[in-house]
Amino acid sequence: MLKLALSIIARDLRLSMRHGSATTMVMGFFVMVVIMFPFAIGPEQNILERISVGVIWVAALLSCLLSLDRMFQTDYEDGSLDQFILSPVPLELVVMAKCIAHWLTTSLPLIVITPILGIMMNLPETGFLPLILTMLLGTPALSFIGGIGASVTVTLRRGGILLSLLILPLYIPVLIFGSLAVKAAIGGYPAMEHLMLLSGFSLFSAAIAPWAAAAAIRAGLE
Amino acid sequence: MTEILRGQNLTCIRGDKVIFCDLSFDVPPGRALILNGANGSGKSSLMKIIAGLLPAQNGEIFYGSPKDPDHNILGDKDWISRNICYLAHKNGLKPEMTVAENLKFWANMEHHEGDIRTEAEKIGVDHCLDLPVCYLSSGQARRAALTRVLCHPGRIWLLDEPTVGLDVIGVELLSGLMNDHLMRGGSILAATHIQLGIDADKSTLLNMSDFSYAKASRSKDDQEESLLC
Repeated sequence: MLKLALSIIARDLRLSMRHGSATTMVMGFFVMVVIMFPFAIGPEQNILERISVGVIWVAALLSCLLSLDRMFQTDYEDGSLDQFILSPVPLELVVMAKCIAHWLTTSLPLIVITPILGIMMNLPETGFLPLILTMLLGTPALSFIGGIGASVTVTLRRGGILLSLLILPLYIPVLIFGSLAVKAAIGGYPAMEHLMLLSGFSLFSAAIAPWAAAAAIRAGLE
Repeated sequence: MTEILRGQNLTCIRGDKVIFCDLSFDVPPGRALILNGANGSGKSSLMKIIAGLLPAQNGEIFYGSPKDPDHNILGDKDWISRNICYLAHKNGLKPEMTVAENLKFWANMEHHEGDIRTEAEKIGVDHCLDLPVCYLSSGQARRAALTRVLCHPGRIWLLDEPTVGLDVIGVELLSGLMNDHLMRGGSILAATHIQLGIDADKSTLLNMSDFSYAKASRSKDDQEESLLC
């Protein structure tokens, strides 16, 4: 079972490498959104410092949305999704593997370039590690919840916008606890409960997403 | 190896439209059932119902001994994934990956038995194994998808227009391979608009138009009229 899941992840990683543009576009979008803020607000360092965490988190959420709609759609278009359903592999496992692959190809690169954007946004030194840590704990939820949205809209031709409307409200808890934890760490307060809630949310979404998304795909294909 | 696949009184409704109703068929081992019919007559829908991708409004599909097949396979995903190999309109191959990578991936997923290169040789795509699928012509891609069918351990092949894009030689190769599969005791359900070249004594023709809703309701009217008379 685990071997099969790994081979699905490997396949999606390979596809994303060959395709190339998806990951770089998401990273480019992330950088562009964050860069817009200093231009719009002006170079006052204390204001940038105050909004830095929030801006980076919001930009990460939006960038994550960009690549979500293709998660199942390419497989639907070339017929692979039907074959996944017919294969002995449970569809739930396929969804799980694809969500993990999405996290590896989208969220992980975003986390890697976050420190550079932190410098640009004048993020306090004490905030870098907490920010990376919260993103590592929180972004899996983005991929898993996004997987549910992607599976609901898989058969729709222009499902991308509907997907954003469906999914963004569900991202709010990640945003709240993610930025609260970093702010608490910067201010020297205990951040543990925020981190626990954040990871709890990620685990919860990982637990329900495979079942919800697999059910949505089966219903959608009929 | 004498189990047969039997569909009984199958009705398919998509949207508000009745595609076919009261359709029944028998597929014994070593025989092919050729689905014939106009576009939209429900050939693909029937295949999807058998494969469990569409729900049937009515009816059952049984598998078992010819006298009394008793295993209802509708919705039995485990049985279907082991015994049925479905080739849809779409090839199910990723354009960015090479043919060999695609086939190896599905070999893993579906526990294939056949060797990819020898099976690919039989259908004449072994020279394309290391090419990305996006470089292939539609006929070559179809042959690559057929290689997956050849490697699949399932005894029942559901082929939805398997010859689309194939040239004359490809069709000939395919009919040879289908005859081989029947000889080994496998069964085939194929939707097609051309002659597949399966031996006449091994194939049965199913005309989808015999089960269309218009025809069924007309015959019912006839019965009622004759009763009235």
